[in-house]
Amino acid sequence: MSKDIQTRSPDALQSVDPKQGTPSYGNAALTPPVDVVEDAGGITLYADLPGVSREKLNLHVEAETLTIEAESSLTVPDGLKTSHTEVGLGRFRRVFTLSKELDTEKVSAELVQGVLKLRIPKAEHAKPRRIDVSLA
Amino acid sequence: MYRTFFPRDMLAEMDRLQRDMQQAFDLAPTIRGYGSNGFPALNVGATPQAVEIYAFAPGIDPATLEVHLERGLLTIAGERKSVLPETDAKAAVHINERFDGQFRRMLTLPDDADPEAVDAKLRDGVLRITVRRRASAQPRRIAVQ
Repeated sequence: MSKDIQTRSPDALQSVDPKQGTPSYGNAALTPPVDVVEDAGGITLYADLPGVSREKLNLHVEAETLTIEAESSLTVPDGLKTSHTEVGLGRFRRVFTLSKELDTEKVSAELVQGVLKLRIPKAEHAKPRRIDVSLA
Repeated sequence: MYRTFFPRDMLAEMDRLQRDMQQAFDLAPTIRGYGSNGFPALNVGATPQAVEIYAFAPGIDPATLEVHLERGLLTIAGERKSVLPETDAKAAVHINERFDGQFRRMLTLPDDADPEAVDAKLRDGVLRITVRRRASAQPRRIAVQ
């Protein structure tokens, strides 16, 4: 169900053959738009995930790969006929490669009104230091 | 052109391309343009009882969101604040894809939409507007005497 177009009623889904139904793209997911900002303390990522509740959000850090996967939990009334669609899928997925100086143990995330805010701090040893230049 | 969500998938991309091509060859669009690829993204559908509009507007304070219905024309307007730091701040912006600023989208409702029975709910960044259809326009079964 999650793979299919969002504004379809569950009844309509069952009648569509997964191999022949045109809007079914298997594991296809939308790429959510993101903002990434880096400051001295770390990196902050914002991602637009409309319709996603906390239970349907899956954040995964493995080695140096950050994966954001989410499913929209939008409910639609029975018998809805779609006339115009701009968001055609109910799944989101995006993968980022992190760099070594980021401390993946201390990632914090919050999801408010469909916007994910992810904070990845830099490891202590990687934080910027001012190097004093001594006169010789 | 601002595109809110883009499928990174061959089939989905081809489907989109086909739709874009169809629009390009349509010599008589509506007076308000093709109306896609704006913010918030809209999905519109209808049941026999109501017209359902889903506006994908994540990160918007419900207090600043303005939904207006006048003579069959529905307007969704508001503003999304930028999360990016000031230019003089010591921070680097690596990716900037999310929409920020003021937005306004309009759409015409069918003639049988009832302007007195509109319901709007914002949940998880999706604004759902339900406009009931007038009872007189709903299909009825006529009893045969």
